[in-house]
Amino acid sequence: MSNQTPGFSEHSGTACPLDQANVDTDQIIPKQFLTGVTRAGYGKHLFHDWRYLDLEEKQPNPEFVLNQPAYRGASILLARENFGCGSSREHAPWALADFGFEVIIATSFADIFYGNCINNQLLPVALAKADMDTLFATVQASPDTNVTVDLPQQTVTAGEQSFHFDIAEHHKTNLLMGLDAIGQTLTLDDAITQYEQQQAPWA
Amino acid sequence: MAQTLYDKVWQAHVVDQIGDDNLIYIDRHLIHEVTSPQAFAGLNEKNRKVRRPDRTFATMDHSISTRSLALDACGPQNALQLQTLAQNCEEHGIKLYPVGHRKQGIVHVMGPELGLIQPGMTVVCGDSHTATHGAFGALAFGIGTSQVEHVLATQTLKQSKAKSMLVQVNGTLPTGITAKDIILAIIGEIGHGGATGHVIEYAGEAIRALSMEERMTICNMSIEAGAKAGLIAPDETTFAYLQGREFAPSEAHWDAAVASWKALHSDAGAQFDTIVTLQAEDIAPQVTWGTNPGQVIGVNAPVPSPDDFQDPIEQESARKALAYMGLSAGQKLADVAVSHVFIGSCTNSRIEDLRAAASIARQGKVSKSVTAMVVPGSAAVKRQAEAEGLDTIFTEAGFEWRLPGCSMCLGMNDDILTAGDRCASTSNRNFEGRQGRGARTHLVSPAMAVAAALRGHFADVREFQE
Repeated sequence: MSNQTPGFSEHSGTACPLDQANVDTDQIIPKQFLTGVTRAGYGKHLFHDWRYLDLEEKQPNPEFVLNQPAYRGASILLARENFGCGSSREHAPWALADFGFEVIIATSFADIFYGNCINNQLLPVALAKADMDTLFATVQASPDTNVTVDLPQQTVTAGEQSFHFDIAEHHKTNLLMGLDAIGQTLTLDDAITQYEQQQAPWA
Repeated sequence: MAQTLYDKVWQAHVVDQIGDDNLIYIDRHLIHEVTSPQAFAGLNEKNRKVRRPDRTFATMDHSISTRSLALDACGPQNALQLQTLAQNCEEHGIKLYPVGHRKQGIVHVMGPELGLIQPGMTVVCGDSHTATHGAFGALAFGIGTSQVEHVLATQTLKQSKAKSMLVQVNGTLPTGITAKDIILAIIGEIGHGGATGHVIEYAGEAIRALSMEERMTICNMSIEAGAKAGLIAPDETTFAYLQGREFAPSEAHWDAAVASWKALHSDAGAQFDTIVTLQAEDIAPQVTWGTNPGQVIGVNAPVPSPDDFQDPIEQESARKALAYMGLSAGQKLADVAVSHVFIGSCTNSRIEDLRAAASIARQGKVSKSVTAMVVPGSAAVKRQAEAEGLDTIFTEAGFEWRLPGCSMCLGMNDDILTAGDRCASTSNRNFEGRQGRGARTHLVSPAMAVAAALRGHFADVREFQE
């Protein structure tokens, strides 16, 4: 949010199907990695408990979908409902983006996580349940399926299929323009000062 | 038009409106060491100032030891994070209650204690349990670090208005049933993501009868149903709690403040997008069996089977949860042994929680197979508990009595469990690995946690009532 970033328009890549509901931010990035004071370097700890068999992160868990060779290099993550629930830690989108994901497509998202994604130019796409079922089936059958997410058109295309998604206008604009949100608000300084002056004396 | 409490607080804080995006003024900003360093770094990079340091309050809670006051007691990384907070507060003129300060505590325990949270305010913190403060009729919600930076720089946030949900709890709470049981029963009813996109208002006879601390327990876990915030309309209980606290309105302003707070309730006929009704008499002591707070049952109910659920995704979640938790369908909770008991967290670490826990603890000794600890929510709670002799009751029963902090709720310090440990915990999240990799968490009330500690397995606390 603090930095002017290039806008998000369209992204194409392969997708990794994490077929689970209620993936919480504790799983996305466990607490032992929250002691940092910078925004960098969280990708190697992404999904730590599921991704590694050991605490030292030396033995990848071959069962976990992110470690399966077919999904290596995926830049789009698929998940089920309530993705990103739990803690407000922005380390979760930092870790997903640092790992290489640019888009998360899920049935639904937790509110704080969704906002945190927008503020980090990581596009959260909520698709209808039936569309999500189709997308999972497609990617599980053919992991090399090219998936294209078009933000201006609000569509996800996978092979022959195309799905529409909804996104609030202001979120879309912020993603497209890559705006500096704080810089924008600071231009409203007079309105903020005026608001402060009419508050009750005990506030 | 009839308005909800949420409508009223929202409307009073709109600074500017651009389409469906509103610029909302923030009255109180609470910060802690984990989610603020990157926000200050962002400000410093652009030479931006904190707009209202007088409306910003900081404490140390997540990364601190509960055995030592030394900032480096949990290693150099934790120490760096704590020192960074101290330095940022110093540079930007923000009031900090550091480790060892008599007003330090878990951010959501310390804030209300000081009278920082008042009806009708907007309150944010880089922490999802900020919903706690809705107990005062304040619109309080958790934010990410980019938003922390935005609030530091502008004292505002861009927000879209959420939907509204009314959760009505009718009737009278039976003996032995607590606020924790009410909120767990609500989450069990609406589901872990059931209130996503909503602000909940809790109402009804059973909610009105609760103390402020109990109301904080209810609102605290609003986020565990996915809600943006939880609200309870202020009343005489709220005003009595606030009067005389350090940051409450002064005597000169008190009557005017109370008069304005009395208008903060949902009008008759106000419309809610969703309404949920529970009957207090139907609520049993709750215990979570799974890996999200919506996977919860009454203590005497059997552990459910995946086949009990209709939705295939919920069935799969239940199967995974049972496997992780080492439980089988149909099992009785009374047959499930616990290895650890944790009493603490922003949900249940206030003085009334500790009194409730002590009333059961004085009836026995911690089972030899259980390690049990009590972590008060703040330095003030710790002092009060010690003045009442609660610490002695706990230590004589075999509990460890620790220094205040977030502790084993999330284990950012050394209060962590190891694989296979099973914990009866008064905290708010039973996610996989939350209290330690491979560890199993069951959420319960403070009294139920003590009952499990004494018996060595889950037990119905109503068997202990005097």
